[in-house]
Amino acid sequence: MGVEQGGSSPLGPGGAPSLKGPGKHLLKPYLGTWRIILPGTPGVLPSVCLTLPPHQEVSSDGAPGAYPSKNKRTHLPTVWELESGAGVGRSFRGERKGGPWTFEERPGVKVVSAGKHCVLCGIVNKSEVYKDVLSEFVPLYQDFENFYTRNLYMRIRDSWNRPICSVPGAKFDILERVSYDYNWTFKYTGRIVNDVINMGSYNYLGFAENSGVCADAAAEITLKYGVGVCSTRREIGNLDKHEELEKLAAKFLGVDAAMAFGMGFATNSMNIPALVGKGCLILSDELNHASLVLGARLSGATIRVFKHNNMQSLEKLLKDAIVHGQPRTHRPWKKILILVEGIYSMEGSIVHLPDIVSLKKKYKAYLYLDEAHSIGALGPTGRGVVEYFGLDPRDVDIMMGTFTKSFGAAGGYIGGTKELVDYLRTHSHSAVYATSMSPPVVEQIIASMKCIMGEDGTTLGQERVQQLAENTRYFRRKLQEMGFIIYGNDDSPVVPMMLYMPAKIGAFGREMLKRNIGVVVVGFPATPIIESRARFCVSAAHTKEMLDTALNVINEVGDLLQLKYSRHRLVPLLDRPFDETTYEENED
Amino acid sequence: MASGQQWVLVEMVQAFYEAPAYHLILEGILILWIIRLLFSKTYKLQDSSDLTEKEIEEIIEEWQPEPLVPRMSKEKPAPSYNIVSGPPCHKITVNGKQCINFASFNFLGLLDNDRVKNQALQSLRKYGVGTCGPRGFYGTFDVHLELEDRLAKFMRTEEAIIYSYGFATIASAIPAYSKRGDIVFVDEAACFSIQKGLQASRSHIKYFRHNDMEDLERILKQQELEDQKNPRKARVTRRFIVVEGLYMNTGAICPLPELVKLKYKYKVRIFLEESLSFGVLGQHGRGVTEHFGVNIDDIDLISANMENSLASVGGFCCGRSFVIDHQRLSGQGYCFSASLPPMLASAAIEALNIMEEDQDIFRLLRDKCKLIHKELQGISGLKVVGESISPAFHLQLEQSSGSRESDVRILNRIVEYCMDRKIALTQAHYLEKEEKFLPPPSIRVVVTVEQTEEELEMAANLIKEAAQNILQ
Repeated sequence: MGVEQGGSSPLGPGGAPSLKGPGKHLLKPYLGTWRIILPGTPGVLPSVCLTLPPHQEVSSDGAPGAYPSKNKRTHLPTVWELESGAGVGRSFRGERKGGPWTFEERPGVKVVSAGKHCVLCGIVNKSEVYKDVLSEFVPLYQDFENFYTRNLYMRIRDSWNRPICSVPGAKFDILERVSYDYNWTFKYTGRIVNDVINMGSYNYLGFAENSGVCADAAAEITLKYGVGVCSTRREIGNLDKHEELEKLAAKFLGVDAAMAFGMGFATNSMNIPALVGKGCLILSDELNHASLVLGARLSGATIRVFKHNNMQSLEKLLKDAIVHGQPRTHRPWKKILILVEGIYSMEGSIVHLPDIVSLKKKYKAYLYLDEAHSIGALGPTGRGVVEYFGLDPRDVDIMMGTFTKSFGAAGGYIGGTKELVDYLRTHSHSAVYATSMSPPVVEQIIASMKCIMGEDGTTLGQERVQQLAENTRYFRRKLQEMGFIIYGNDDSPVVPMMLYMPAKIGAFGREMLKRNIGVVVVGFPATPIIESRARFCVSAAHTKEMLDTALNVINEVGDLLQLKYSRHRLVPLLDRPFDETTYEENED
Repeated sequence: MASGQQWVLVEMVQAFYEAPAYHLILEGILILWIIRLLFSKTYKLQDSSDLTEKEIEEIIEEWQPEPLVPRMSKEKPAPSYNIVSGPPCHKITVNGKQCINFASFNFLGLLDNDRVKNQALQSLRKYGVGTCGPRGFYGTFDVHLELEDRLAKFMRTEEAIIYSYGFATIASAIPAYSKRGDIVFVDEAACFSIQKGLQASRSHIKYFRHNDMEDLERILKQQELEDQKNPRKARVTRRFIVVEGLYMNTGAICPLPELVKLKYKYKVRIFLEESLSFGVLGQHGRGVTEHFGVNIDDIDLISANMENSLASVGGFCCGRSFVIDHQRLSGQGYCFSASLPPMLASAAIEALNIMEEDQDIFRLLRDKCKLIHKELQGISGLKVVGESISPAFHLQLEQSSGSRESDVRILNRIVEYCMDRKIALTQAHYLEKEEKFLPPPSIRVVVTVEQTEEELEMAANLIKEAAQNILQ
């Protein structure tokens, strides 16, 4: 295909970034400073990229293998374990569900060297590829805004946007691409890397398939309806299929009524403004997804942020809000809406829903629960985080979720009381202004949802839900045994593994792909800059062999890149019961 | 000089030793006090309440929030949707009635094109339906890259970027560039997705009268004067003009050549939303730039959705790489949303193929627009609003019956009258409280290439008849 991404004026060989030139002078003072601050750290530079993109040469003294040696870890501050949400989280301890929320404190030296990585990367690369032709205009975006892009992201961006050319199932095929100019542009070699194990897609229940019941149903509808709708729900784009989906979704969720929208992101950003407005208060978790944040902003309501999954912080905000009312005027708030997610996509943590429900009842607030990652993936029958905690779906005022992940389709839904859904049907921005969902996509959701509910007369859906739960526990347990720091809840299929250092993002992504595993790596701005991480998404479609292969490779790469930060080694399972969670210190 | 200073220093140290203890303590307290004044907050965000626990509990007990959604009144039940059974193509079944479709934006009739369907089907058999991830995390498929490449080539721009939702396209593109403090000049008739994009950008927004270039120049001049007062601020304030190629709300075409002149005169960038004009205007369907023969490089960003002419789902932006590439990290709807299902991308590619092969289709569409436009002239009580070559135009009441509500009711009777007689029409629906400048109520008529001349004449006659029966 030969598609060339990016650069209008590709960087010539002369412009290749290196440590020579003006950068060299800048480097010394920085190095000196760091040495003074950190007398204990190794004098060699941590290499910016341990593994370089194909055809890239190692430049001057950024030699690989210059990582701090292993014995340096004895200098680390004591690593301890925290229960997320301290006191409140404790109420879940010892319960069958919930499990321990483990958040291991990051080792201090790693933080510092993570910061150092940023500084070094910044000095190395000063090349300009993108030029604005309208030079007399005010610049379209600031150089400062670009600092991160040019200096960090560009060096490791081959770990993202990898194009695939197959179903995003348990294994996928990746188009091979190379860069001759340090990732400023990519060239496709025309070769395909086959059968890469997919640990990155949100294919929790394995419904990303090109054959089988769901795909057949979608194929039939494609031929019958076509793929577009060319109108909005409010005008003349309300198909019988949409109505069918909404009835089924309401039944699945256990609510009175539901409404479906064409895009998960827009479900949040275009419906929150319909529910709250000026004079209302939104209490939002600090790690909420961008779509929730945007929706909250567009609504015009006052937004206050509470600490991630921290019930004390939420309760304090609720209490203050009701006692003090609106700022300055002290009028009482019209409504208070709590925005939370079921599973947080970057942390893997499950929301403390029982506590939130009791707080919401106590303070008469409304609860908006975004189940983008949890619907289908949690609970004994895949009904999401509400079922996981054994709660009544009616306790949650607005049940929101997406069809992108567990259902292998696209779009989002909102479920709740009949009044709520009727109101949204006339006031949702999406229903009035946006084109309705594509019929084959709707059919895929209907077919997969029926499968999960067992309405197709089989137990295949139920088996997928169970398989996912087993795979999740197995995969998380194994990673912990290997000594990685894993965030999140034991039952969460989103498994973030800490890398900390930005340079390890690129290294990990590349080393894993080299060994035929596709992983997602995340750094700034999705996470704090010193908390870079890799994220695995476990799927019901993964077989035990695939998981074992992936785990072996992670183990190998983890040793290579020294990612086993954890000081708490789980004793490998022998014949002990599966859910035993005794932590024992392992002396190395 | 130097020795003198040294002497003063020595004396100071000596004085320090000789000073009595109470003096030092006093000085110390004063210094601490100054430090405290410097670093303490001047006011408290929330004055600490001297309420007792019991009082707090009572306040919490007393507070009653408004209901989450306003209760629906019994007399005015929520209007229900039309239910379309079967495919929403040329022949459409609305609420059980078989009609000819004059309401969906299926301009080129590609919705039920067999080639498009087959291509989508092949794609479905290769990739499945969903992408299970955003573009960054293995949600980029080869068909996405192909579609972006094809769109860029079709529009003759350097680069294109696709979004998975038409509405989110311009609504994400605007805040990717325009930030707090920047200035955006917008036409009053701009569609809702532009309004939402502007709101998300938190920029300073200045509206000019619909298609009124003098008014735009007036506010541009005003801005120039203000800039001269504060040149330092002006140097970092980005300015944009956001216009639509063919206005959704009025059916009018924007005067692009004048806008381009103003762009270079006042150094303002132009963002052009072409959802209706893409695949409609111009000899090759490239939109309003081709219609006016304006060099596409003079437009900074063109955005359009693929939900009208292309009869798929999603949207795209195109322009120079310098501009478009920025969205790959800053376009919220691009970064944080699952990517477009590959089968929909394949359908859009095939639709582009058809558009490239058959350029007659655009001329045909224009002829049909002109035909029905001519037929609809001179209906007493109804006026046609929109350009004669616009495939989507509005029928408004010549004279309002007094209130918006009753106007809507009258128009609704016309729509129902036609629907009963096999012509499917729809009113243009708006969220009345949310629109910045609410357009008057109207019936939106959509012309497609699939409608035959007889059908167009029939529709025109029927609308005339309905207007006569209902308005008189």
